Amino acid sequence: MIAEKYAKEIESLFSRYPADQRKSAVLPLLHIAQQEYGYCSEEAMQEVASIIGCDPTHVRGIAGFYTLYYEEEVGKFVLEVCNDLACALRGADEFIEMAEGKLGIDLEGTTEDGMFTLKNVMCLGACDRAPMLQCNLKFHEHLDEEKFDQLIADYRAKAAAGDNEPTVVDKILIQTHH
Amino acid sequence: MSETVNIIVDGIEAEVPKGLTVVDAAKMVAVDIPVFCHHPKLEPVGMCRMCLVDIGMPMFDRETREPVMDDDGNQQINWGRGMQTGCTVRVADGMHVRTTTDHVIEARNTVIEFLLTSHPLDCPICDKGGECPLQNLTMEHGLGDTAFPFEDKMHNDKHVPLGDLIALDRERCIQCARCVRFQDEVVDDPVLGFHNRGRKLEIITYSDPGFDSYWSGNTTDICPVGALTTNDFRFGARPWELKPVASISPHGPEGENITMSTRQEAKSGGRVVIKRIMPRQNEQVNEIWISDRTRFGHHFADADDRLMTPMVRKDGVLQESSWEEALSLVATKLKDAGANAAGLTGDRMSNEDLFAFQSLMRKTVGTNNIDLANARIGGAEVTAKVGVGTGTNLGEMGAGDAIIVFASDLHEEAPIWWLRVKQAAQRGTKVFTFNLRETRLDTHTTETVLYKPGDALDTARALLNGVKMADSAGDGGIAAVAKAITEAENIIAFYGYEGLTADETGSLSRILGNMLLVNGNVGRVNNGLIAVWPHNNTQGAYDMGINPAFGPGYKEIAVVGKSASDIYTEGSEALYIMGSDPIGDGIMSGRDKIGFLVVQDLFLNATAELADVVLPAQSWAERDGTFTNGERRVQRYYPAIAPMGKSKADWQIIGMLEEKMGGGKPKFAASLVFKKAIAAGVPQYKLMDYRSLAQVEKQYPDVGGEDLYYGGTSYDNKHGLGQQWATAAESGEVEAFDIPEVKTSKVSGIATVRTAALYTNGSLLQHSELLETRMAQPRIMINEDDANGISTGDEVQVRANGETMMLTAYVNGVAPQGVALLNGVPHIAGVIDAEIIKG
Amino acid sequence: MAHVIFRHRDVENIKELDVYVANGGYEGLKKALSMTPEEVVNEIKAAGIRGRGGAGFPAGIKWSFMPKGDGQKYIVINNDESETGTFKDREILEENPHQVIEGALIAAYAVGADMVYCYWRGEYMDAAYAAEKAIKDAYAGGYLGKDILGSGFDCDYHNHFGAGAYICGEETALLNSLMGNLGQPWSKPPFPAQAGAYHKPTVVNNVETLANVPPVMVNGADWYANLGTDQSNGVKIVCMSGHVARPGNYEVEMGKVTYRELIYGDEYCQGMRDGKGFKALLPSGGSGPVVLPDALDGNVSFEGLNAYGSMMGSASVIVMDEDTDMVWAALKMTHFFKHESCGKCTPCREGTFWLEKTLHRIMEGHGTEDDINTLDRVAHSMQGKCLCALGEFAVSPVIGTLKHFREEYVSKVRQLEAVPAD
Repeated sequence: MIAEKYAKEIESLFSRYPADQRKSAVLPLLHIAQQEYGYCSEEAMQEVASIIGCDPTHVRGIAGFYTLYYEEEVGKFVLEVCNDLACALRGADEFIEMAEGKLGIDLEGTTEDGMFTLKNVMCLGACDRAPMLQCNLKFHEHLDEEKFDQLIADYRAKAAAGDNEPTVVDKILIQTHH
Repeated sequence: MSETVNIIVDGIEAEVPKGLTVVDAAKMVAVDIPVFCHHPKLEPVGMCRMCLVDIGMPMFDRETREPVMDDDGNQQINWGRGMQTGCTVRVADGMHVRTTTDHVIEARNTVIEFLLTSHPLDCPICDKGGECPLQNLTMEHGLGDTAFPFEDKMHNDKHVPLGDLIALDRERCIQCARCVRFQDEVVDDPVLGFHNRGRKLEIITYSDPGFDSYWSGNTTDICPVGALTTNDFRFGARPWELKPVASISPHGPEGENITMSTRQEAKSGGRVVIKRIMPRQNEQVNEIWISDRTRFGHHFADADDRLMTPMVRKDGVLQESSWEEALSLVATKLKDAGANAAGLTGDRMSNEDLFAFQSLMRKTVGTNNIDLANARIGGAEVTAKVGVGTGTNLGEMGAGDAIIVFASDLHEEAPIWWLRVKQAAQRGTKVFTFNLRETRLDTHTTETVLYKPGDALDTARALLNGVKMADSAGDGGIAAVAKAITEAENIIAFYGYEGLTADETGSLSRILGNMLLVNGNVGRVNNGLIAVWPHNNTQGAYDMGINPAFGPGYKEIAVVGKSASDIYTEGSEALYIMGSDPIGDGIMSGRDKIGFLVVQDLFLNATAELADVVLPAQSWAERDGTFTNGERRVQRYYPAIAPMGKSKADWQIIGMLEEKMGGGKPKFAASLVFKKAIAAGVPQYKLMDYRSLAQVEKQYPDVGGEDLYYGGTSYDNKHGLGQQWATAAESGEVEAFDIPEVKTSKVSGIATVRTAALYTNGSLLQHSELLETRMAQPRIMINEDDANGISTGDEVQVRANGETMMLTAYVNGVAPQGVALLNGVPHIAGVIDAEIIKG
Repeated sequence: MAHVIFRHRDVENIKELDVYVANGGYEGLKKALSMTPEEVVNEIKAAGIRGRGGAGFPAGIKWSFMPKGDGQKYIVINNDESETGTFKDREILEENPHQVIEGALIAAYAVGADMVYCYWRGEYMDAAYAAEKAIKDAYAGGYLGKDILGSGFDCDYHNHFGAGAYICGEETALLNSLMGNLGQPWSKPPFPAQAGAYHKPTVVNNVETLANVPPVMVNGADWYANLGTDQSNGVKIVCMSGHVARPGNYEVEMGKVTYRELIYGDEYCQGMRDGKGFKALLPSGGSGPVVLPDALDGNVSFEGLNAYGSMMGSASVIVMDEDTDMVWAALKMTHFFKHESCGKCTPCREGTFWLEKTLHRIMEGHGTEDDINTLDRVAHSMQGKCLCALGEFAVSPVIGTLKHFREEYVSKVRQLEAVPAD
C-alpha cells in the first residue's frame, strides 16, 4: 500500500498542483504504484484511484494510454530497445534480434526467472547513441553485443546483491524537499 | 432574446443567438451540418471531423481598418487556411459559412469512409439499424465504395457487458466519446473512459457495479451507432416495427416525458407490448434525458401477476367474479356505510381517477373521510400559494440565482431535479443544501448546512430569521447563508421529507414559504417552492382534493373528515382503497377494524389479500390520463398497450360504481372526465383540456425528430408540453403562513432515519429483472463513533416501534455522528429511536 | 563563435549554479526584473525568438497573448521531446539547466505567472534526476521561490513527468496530461493563453526556446536579431542522426550552415558512415518531407528548405545512405505515427492505421499497384482534416517517399506480380 508507505511524500506530491486538482498527480502516482506493485495491477490502479478520489475507470484509461505503464506483469528489469528509424539505421533491429537470442525470449516476453522483459519502443531521444535501450527508465547507450552481455550480467548481479540504485519512486519524490 | 449576431450560411442570412456553435446556428436556419461527436447538450470537442466546413470572415485592411472590396464592390471574405470544424467555432457577426463546396463534400466522404473501414457493417443484425446516424449519414455522404481490403479490417469484442444494463459492441464504436462526455459533463458519473489509444481506443468501465450510474440508458440514445444498447431492448425488435406512444413516467415527481415503443408480436401471444421506454423532449421538464428507473421500470405494466379479473370473497376465500357482481356488492356496502365509509388512495393514479374517487366518496357516498393512504409530505396547500411561478424552468437558473434543497436527497428521490439543479450550479447558481447528512448534490453546492436530527425546523426558522434580518446578520453559520440567499435575484426552494414526519414537512413548507415571501420570491417565474413529492402524481392527488380537510382546488371543507391515521386507528364501516397497500407498507395493522374492505389495484397486494372485494385496475400504459408534476405541470399520457385481462381504468370503475349508486351515466372517455369534471371542479385547471395539454411548440435545441445524427434517438414532442397552473401568489397577495407547533421527532439515543433510494424494491420495480442487482439492499449505515463493536458486514437487529428488522451494517463514513441511516427498507417517517443490536 | 545555448561545451560544469553565475548566469533575470513585464515582452518580441519545438511561432507574440492583470497564470516548459531523431532538449537540461530555469523565470515575470511546470517525457526521468540538483540549488540561491533576488517576484518550479506519449509534445495534449487526463489535444480555441493549465492562461514554450531568452536579455534584442537571417534569428541546435560518421547535437547560427556542411564538415558529422553515398535525409524527424541530395545546399533556418519542399522543423536530421530502402523507412516512420496517434480524431486514427497496414502489405511482398494508389489517396485525404499537427505530419513519410522514390514502391509490387498465383 503506497498510501501508507509514502503518506508524507504523496501529500507533498499533491502540493505541487492546485488544491482542487488532485487528478494531476495521477501520472506520478502510477509511476510510484507500478514500481511498488511491479506493474499496473488491478490493485495498484484501485489504490491510485482511491488516493486521488476518482473512479478507477479514469486510472485504467490513463494506464492504457501511456506506454510506460505496464498492464501485464513484467520482469524485474524491463529492457526497452528503441528501434525507431534513427536507431534502426544504426542497427537497432539487429540488436533486438541479438538480445532476443541472448535472453531466449521474443519481444514482449519475460525470461523464465522473471528477471528481464524485452520490449521495443518508439524514439527515446538518444538517436546519436544507438543502439540503445532503457532499463527501468535508465538509459544505456552505444550498445553492442559485448556491452549487452555485460549489462545483463550487471543487472543479474545487482538483483542478487539487492539493488540499491535510486528507483523511479526516488526520482519522482526527490522534489518533495522544495 | 439574448444578444444575437448576423451570419450567412450557404447564402442564407440569419440572425442567431451569440455564443452558438456554427453547427447549432446552421441548424436554426435548417442547414444540416452532419456530426457524430458533436451533441447540442455536450461541450464541443471537434473529434470526428465530420462537420468540417468553410468559415470566413469579412476582410478589413490591417492599417486602415477599412473593408477590403473585390472588383464587384463586395467586401472580400477571408476563408482562412483550411476548413474548420463547425462544432467548435462559435458564430461571430458577419461570419460566412459554406457547407456545400467540393472540398467540404470530399471531407465528409473521407470521414465516412474512414469510419466505415473500421466498422463491422452488421446493420442487418444491429439494434440501431433503421435509426442509426452512421447509417443515415452514410446514405447521404458516403461514397458507396472503398479501396480498403476487407480482410485488413480490425476486429474487436462485440459483446462487452458494461454492467447489467448496457452492452457495448466495440466493433461498432466510432470513438466519438459522446457517452464518456455525457457521463462526465452532464451527469457527473465519470464511470466510462477510453482505454489505449490510436485505432485501439476503446470504451471501458471499472466502476463497481459496472457502469454505475442512474443515467446509463441515455448513452444509448446519444450513441450515433449501435455500439451501446440497453439489455432491456437488445435484440428485442427492429426500430421500424415500433409504434411510438407519448407518455409520462410513472415514477417520480418530475414528470419525465417519455415515448413508449410498442410492438404487436407473436412471441407475446399476439399482444401489443412495450419494447422500450425512450425520452421525449421537454426542455422545461427533462430536456432529453430520463433516469434508468423510468427507462427500465416499466415491466410491471405487463407483468404476469397483474390482477386480471374482479374478485369477491366467498366462504372466506377470494374468488373470481364478474364486474357486475363485484361492483354491486361494493355499491351496496359503500352506500350503506354512507358517512361512515372512508376512502384512501395512493398517489400514482391519474388526475381523472383521483377526481372521480373523491367525487364518488364525497357526493355519492357522502363522506369526507378521504385521504392519501400513505402521505409522506405535507404542504400542498402552501405550494398552491407560493409554488414556483408559471413558466419556471430550472434550465434557466443561472448566475445570480439561488436554489435551496431542504431535507431531500434529490439524486435518489427526483433524479431529474438533481440533474437540473446540478447544472444550474455549474451555470453559476448558488445552491444550498440543508440536511442531517451529506448527499450527492453537495459537491456542487455553495454551502451545505448539516443539522442534528430533530433540528430541521429550528434550522429553517433560523434561516427565515436570517433572511428577514439579512442587513444586520452576523457572520458565519446560517446568517451568512441567509444573507447570500437574499442577494439572489431568483430563489427556488425544494423541500423533502428525509428524517421528517409529514406534519413536520407541513411546517417546513410554511417556514420556507414565509422565507420566500420576505423578498417577494413568489408568484413569478423561476421563484417559489417545490415539494419533492414521493410519487409521480402526489401533486395531482392534492389538487384533486384527496384530503380530509380540503376538496378539489384546495377548497377548505366545513366538516373535516377522518385522516388516514384516524382510519387506521379507529377503523371504518366500509373502506375503499385505490392504488395503495397500507398493510404491506406497515402502516395499517390488519383489517380487524374495517367492516367491509374493497381494494382496487394492479396487484394482489397484502391489503388486497385481506379484502372483501378486489377490483383490477389498469396500469398507466393501458389507458390515457394526466399526471401533474411537482412543478404543477399537468401532462397527458396516451394508451400504449391493450388492457390486461378484464382490468379497467380506475376512473371507469368508479364511474360504474357511481352509476350503480344512483349517480349519472359514466363518462366514456378520460378526456371527458377531465373536461366535464376536473376543469369544472378544480379552479386551477379551469383553462385546460386534453387539446390544450397536447399543444407543442418548437423547442431548442432542435433534437429528436428525424435528425437522429444531431440529438440522438430522443423523441420529438408532438403530443404535448403540458400546462402549469398558476399559484395564488401570481394573482394576488399571499399572507405569511402561520406555523403550527408540531411534535418534532427527536430522540435521546442514536437517531435512526430512513433514506430514500431510487431503486426501492416495491410492487412496481420488482418486475424489472434488469434492476434486480441494483435494488437498494436493506442496510443500516452507522457512524464509526456509534459503532459500538459493529463493523461493516455484520448482521444487526434494528428494533423500533415493536418491530425488528435484520439489516447488514455499514460503518463506512456515510452516517454522521449520532445518526444511523436505513436504506432499502420501506418508508418510515421522521426520526426513530431504534435499538441497534449486533447479531 | 562561442555557443549561445550549448554553453557547457565552452564552460566546464556550467550545470553547477556557482559556475553558471560566475559566467554571467542569472544576469538576464536580474535585467528583466529591473524592467517592467511589458518591456520584457517587447524585448523578446524585438529579438524575434521563434519557437524551437518545430512550429516556429514567435515566443514574444505568444507571451503577448496572455491577458494582463492579476489572476493565476502558468509557464509550462515543453520537454516532451519525442520526435524521432530529436535529442537536443535533454542535453540542454542535463548540461545547462540553469539557462532554461532562468528563461522560464523571465517568461514568468513577463506574463505574470508564479508557477512553472517543466513537463518531461517520462523516459527522461533519469536525466531529470541528475538535473534536479539545479532546481534545488536555484531555490537555495534565491533564484526560485519567494521574493526572488529581493525583487518581490515569487515563482515556483516543479518537474512533472509524462509516461510515454509523443502526442504530449503538442501543447494542448501536454496540458491535458499535466491535468491528469489522457494526453489528447483539444481543438483550439481556446488557446493556452486563454485557458491552458487548469483553465488558466498559460504559456507553453519549448526548452530550447526558453534557453534563448537569457542571452537576449543580457545582450539585447539587436544582438540576437543580427544573428541568423531575416526570418530566422539566433542559433539552432541541430540533432544529427542516422548514417553519419559522428552523430550528435550541433549548435549553428541560423542560415549560415548548409546540410551538406553538417554532414561532411569537420566540425560536424565528418561525413557519411563507412564512406557510403548520401541518398536522402529527413530534416525534421518524421514530420518534414524527405529531401534529396539537391537539398544539401539548403541551409538550417526556418525558410532554408522551402525551395526543396520541406522544412527545418525541430531540426532533427535523420540521414540515410545509398543502401536505405525508402519503403522500409516510410514504414518505420508511419509505424511511429500510428503508434503515437492518440485516436481522438477520425482521419489520424483511421488514416495512420491504414497507411501502416498498406505499407506492411507492400513491404511483405503482398502489395499491388492499387495499394500504392491507396497510400497516395489516404495520405492526401488525411491532409487538412486532422485535429492537431500529428495527423497532418503523419502523412509526410508516405507523401515524401512516394514523390521521390515511387519506383521503389513499384519494384516491390512488381515482384509480386512476377510470381503467378497458385
